[in-house]
Amino acid sequence: MLDQLPQFLITGVTVGSIYALVGLGFAIIYNASDVVNFAQGEFVMIGAMMAISLLSAGAPFPIALVLAALSTVVVGLALEKFAVEPARGASVVTLIIITIGASILLRGIALLVWGKNFHAMPHFSGETPLRLGNATLLPQNLWVMGGTAVLVLAVRYFFSHTFVGKALLACSCNPVAAQLMGINVRWMLLLAYGLSALLGAVAGMLVAPITFTSYDAGVMLGLKGFSAAILGGMGNSMGAVAGGLLLGILESLGAGFISSGYKDAIAFVVILLVLFLKPSGLFGRGSAERV
Amino acid sequence: MSRSPHAAPTAQGGPTLRRGGTGSRLTGLLLLAAVVVALPLLFPKNYFVTVVGVAVGFHAILAVALNLLIGYAGQISLGHAAFFGLGAYTSAILTTRYDWSPLLAMLAGLAGVLVVASLISRPILRLKGHYLAMATLGFGIIVHIVMVQAVVLTGGPDGLSGVPGLSLLGWGLKTDLHWYWVVAGVVLAVVWLSLNIVDSRTGRALRAVHGSEFAAEMMGIDTTRTKAQVFVLSALISAFAGSLFAHQQGFVSPDSFSFFVSIELVTMVVLGGMASTYGAVFGAVALTLLKAGLVVFHDYEMVILGAILMIVMIFLPQGLFVGLARGLRLALPRRRERPATSGDRIA
Repeated sequence: MLDQLPQFLITGVTVGSIYALVGLGFAIIYNASDVVNFAQGEFVMIGAMMAISLLSAGAPFPIALVLAALSTVVVGLALEKFAVEPARGASVVTLIIITIGASILLRGIALLVWGKNFHAMPHFSGETPLRLGNATLLPQNLWVMGGTAVLVLAVRYFFSHTFVGKALLACSCNPVAAQLMGINVRWMLLLAYGLSALLGAVAGMLVAPITFTSYDAGVMLGLKGFSAAILGGMGNSMGAVAGGLLLGILESLGAGFISSGYKDAIAFVVILLVLFLKPSGLFGRGSAERV
Repeated sequence: MSRSPHAAPTAQGGPTLRRGGTGSRLTGLLLLAAVVVALPLLFPKNYFVTVVGVAVGFHAILAVALNLLIGYAGQISLGHAAFFGLGAYTSAILTTRYDWSPLLAMLAGLAGVLVVASLISRPILRLKGHYLAMATLGFGIIVHIVMVQAVVLTGGPDGLSGVPGLSLLGWGLKTDLHWYWVVAGVVLAVVWLSLNIVDSRTGRALRAVHGSEFAAEMMGIDTTRTKAQVFVLSALISAFAGSLFAHQQGFVSPDSFSFFVSIELVTMVVLGGMASTYGAVFGAVALTLLKAGLVVFHDYEMVILGAILMIVMIFLPQGLFVGLARGLRLALPRRRERPATSGDRIA
């Protein structure tokens, strides 16, 4: 049993990478606007579906991926512009319902456009499995892990070393002060949604060759991404990444060693226990409540 | 990049004091009762009254219970369908597999949920905002997975059929209309209960907790206990509804208690208007009828539902009932001027 551990870890890290990217998207939007965007999972689905459609229409691989990512970004920007921004000032629960409405709408549109079938995406570089000791992995697993690593590092660099990234960070610390410093907060909000949509789309395209995709594939991924963000501590981007990887590994080990039917339950039990012991997530800062 | 995680799913501003008194409470309830009684008398054969009406009733019970927690106490729950399901499954399992009488099974379900809700209420309600949302969501999903996986007990994804009907005082509930009256009676009772709680000492404590937990504690309110009490009460009402639901349907399956149902219940509360008992009823009626009506659009159902949800919440962020009521109050000339007090800002 134990000799299968490397295999389970490979699966766990692959799935966890996707959760990490979705969780990162949650964290970025939450930081910028205090909104938990429940349509985050739909970005993943749209990215993958767009890429598949473009490929089957004959577009060359790289161009299809870029176009699919861009069109998902447009969806993200539209969500901010037409749904979140007009509702600014509404209570947080109202905003949550708006994003839930948006996720239903996007799923509905996907159903009309792509139907109820599962869609497969070709692997990026062949399907010949690689052997790694006892474990095998597909080239696509490496694509997922590598792609996630690159994106996470890029996001880190963006926030710590670029002018725009720092401006976005300033907005999340204090929007009014940021505005007074001459930062266009509305543009920054749009940027946050665009960036989250981009992360989601890439996650979707990376994983679609392994898991297939369908119009409702985003629901579970969105839920897991939210769990990752919470597990890491809401608002802590790198925490979300760690939370995602942890969640993926937990699930994979739970499925492998305990029961595949209960794998999600095991993951959620662990999340509950973590929250009971550490109410602001693993890496969340202990909160100081403004009275 | 970090920010206080307290910008949480609580309503901004929160519920305001309601000018209450038994008189005004009775007026609203009588109006509701009149509508509920008139419908089946006017349209005894209408599908939307007898069949959809019963579904609306169940949703109304659940939404009113959830509103106590979300609307008044400001504690979000994204897993309330779990309690509904626990009530339903306990009744279904005990009556079909162990031949218990429905009434006894119902009591067992309530006792079970009392224990579960009491056990988890304290650690869960220690969490705030999105962490609370996550924990309740996780709880709901865990319960749902057990329903699907524990095939020996629950029948798995196919569910359990053959749940016996109910009879009250030797009077069997056979037709849809019979069930309509029972469910309608429970709706009215739960609305009455909710209105009374909101106007009681506990209700004021709840709203204080919603406004600021810190301030409430300073005023001598045992916030932990108050939150736990309303959580357990809300869970119990949901479990009771679940038990009735199992007997009314004669069949239970995990689909009726999934994550989506929990989300739908929250949507009803917010759609109607938080911190308003009638708002919750209104939200339940609106969403259930909308979904029943949209079935004719087949594949377009989701697009329309999503669009309507977004549009309503963007333009009436306080919710349909509360928003429309406020609009109406502004549009109509006031008959008697009242001195404006802070308590007059009615939600």
